[in-house]
Amino acid sequence: MEDSEANDLQAGKDPEAGVTVEFSRTEPGERLPVRLEDLREQLPGLEPDRQVTDWGRSERLENVVDRTLYDFLYHLWFRVDVEGIENVPVQGGALLVANHSGIVPSDGVMVGKAVREEHPRSRSVHLSTDGSMAGIPGLGMLVTKLGAVADHPANLHRLLYDERALVLTFPEGRHGARKPIRQRYLLRPFQDAAFVRVAMRAGVPIVPIAVLGAEEASPVFARIGPLRRLTRLPGLPLGPALPLPAKFRIRFLEPVDTGEQGDQPWRDGRRVQSLGADIRALIQENLLDMVGARRSVWLG
Amino acid sequence: MPSRRILITGVSSQLGGRLAQALEHDPQVQTIVGVDATDPRHELQRTEFVRVETDPALLRRILSAASIDTVIDTRLVADPLLAPLSRAREINVVGTRRILAACGAESSSVRKVVFKSSAHVYGSDPGDPAFLTEQTTGLRPPRTALERDVIDAEAALSEFSAASPQSTVTILRFADALGGDLHSSYLSLLNLPVVPSILGFDPRCQFIHQDDVVGALAHAARHDLPGVYNAAADGVLAFSEVVSLLGKRLLPVLPPWGTVFAAAQLRRLGLPVPLEMLRQLRAGRGLDNRRLKATGFSYRYTTREAVLKLRAHQRLRPLLGSGDGAYRYEREVEEFLRWSPSVQQAGAGAAAAAPAGTPMGASDGQRGEGPYDDLSEAELIEIISSLETEALRRLRHYETLHGRRRGVLQALDRNLARRESNRRG
Repeated sequence: MEDSEANDLQAGKDPEAGVTVEFSRTEPGERLPVRLEDLREQLPGLEPDRQVTDWGRSERLENVVDRTLYDFLYHLWFRVDVEGIENVPVQGGALLVANHSGIVPSDGVMVGKAVREEHPRSRSVHLSTDGSMAGIPGLGMLVTKLGAVADHPANLHRLLYDERALVLTFPEGRHGARKPIRQRYLLRPFQDAAFVRVAMRAGVPIVPIAVLGAEEASPVFARIGPLRRLTRLPGLPLGPALPLPAKFRIRFLEPVDTGEQGDQPWRDGRRVQSLGADIRALIQENLLDMVGARRSVWLG
Repeated sequence: MPSRRILITGVSSQLGGRLAQALEHDPQVQTIVGVDATDPRHELQRTEFVRVETDPALLRRILSAASIDTVIDTRLVADPLLAPLSRAREINVVGTRRILAACGAESSSVRKVVFKSSAHVYGSDPGDPAFLTEQTTGLRPPRTALERDVIDAEAALSEFSAASPQSTVTILRFADALGGDLHSSYLSLLNLPVVPSILGFDPRCQFIHQDDVVGALAHAARHDLPGVYNAAADGVLAFSEVVSLLGKRLLPVLPPWGTVFAAAQLRRLGLPVPLEMLRQLRAGRGLDNRRLKATGFSYRYTTREAVLKLRAHQRLRPLLGSGDGAYRYEREVEEFLRWSPSVQQAGAGAAAAAPAGTPMGASDGQRGEGPYDDLSEAELIEIISSLETEALRRLRHYETLHGRRRGVLQALDRNLARRESNRRG
């Protein structure tokens, strides 16, 4: 089989290079080239009568929740202020990267709402969630319908490269969700810079985002170990069941270009790590700046 | 190299038979030989049927005698409801090895092997990518017997491909097929008046219409496509959407924990839900079908359209009855039609190749007059109920004069009788 070169992207490991053209063994004139780069042109067309997208996202449900719950949270509860929305590209894919806290992703929801509300194109954002979320009865189904996608590298690549969409990811991952309140706004080290690799491979910019307020809105006071195995949640943190009404401030930073870094930069582990560290430093610096500038946790 | 002399295994299965019918209309194809352990269920015009299962010695003789250049293997049992486990393993793995042994014999004329595989090779897991590509196999050990069977069968093809580099080996991994006359775990669920599901899960599912299965296999015969290709219709639907398209209700009776136990109780009630199906009802599966499309193949139906076709079939079945029993294979009759010097009418049996693109089952001698000649038999049957009674009578007259489409005539008679009784009642 000519498929011996396994595509590690699908396996979630270091992605393999995009092979350009394969020819079948046959006489000239009857060759059927398979252009792997051009597969983007082969995406399925839109069917207007569909209730959910191919990702399982239900626009109807999303609109209902958006007009009720999200509107309330955005305007009244968190009173979100947005800076630098122009840094979100008007077209093409981009990977949005933010700091994260709490098991309820109110930060992710509010970033998505901010882009929809403030951006001139009202683009919609796919929130990438922990892969284990899909296995939880009820919850997995709900977040999928609301536009969440499991953070498998192959999923992110398809969204960013093939569908040219916006994807929001939290590189702190489950460690961010379990971060105790006394460490608020101190970014956990990015476990692996997988998100950088994904963005480089897809050739899309990374937009770093600093979110202020979310870490007070759903504080983690302690967490209970044994419950973790029982519920299969990534560590059950002990905190308020509902997010507290902290003042949110979301700052979109200048996009970091990942495209022009030479040939197949995602294979260069050191470069990937260093770009990841740069982005982490950028978000951290802005967070501290915003924390220093605010007067009150609740009033901003 | 387009295939000219083709051997189809599993020709008595629904898909194998339809593939043979489709290839019969291709003037490029000189010879079609169908083999299977049971008699064909489809009326075949120029396909030679040989009743042999997978004996390599017999197959080798057939292959070399007919100088077959292409073997299309459609036997794979891709559903646990169709055969018991041990029998399925024998068909899927042992049978495939034996057929490949015959193809790989010395001085074999076979230059191409097309294998109908299944997307079950990927299994189904919530941690999988949303769109599985052809390289996604082997991420974890197989979880079910069927998954292991398909992996082992493909491994046999891989070995064959390495051992005989002069042959083109195509593996087509089909999503679950939808079609009126098929049987599968999905269809046994979707044909119920109320469709059971697992509470708290709405899996993504993707199907392929049976015509597209046939089309993809024929595409692989016409062109050289070495390697592995996913074959699944465009569009991945949520299970709830599939059920609502069919106009049915979803009933989440299976609990999210202890699902296997609950499924065992359902089996006791006469509704078998196999392990593979339970995994799919939980995690679903989506395929990246773009590689096959990039070779120039285009699907006739999207997943949604395939589901709508199924709905039409489900609604029409009580009116028309199932299509089974319309054709019975009789060896003497088939031999008479093919070889007797008395047979003169072209199209009555052993005809020369019909013109390309002729719709299935409509290859009678006098054509081009009737208003519905461009429709296939199944399509014509589907629109019957929408026609005026007068038009039906005219169509019936026309069909008795010219057509040989028994299914259409039967459907017409049934429909007319129904209208008659409605008018009186």
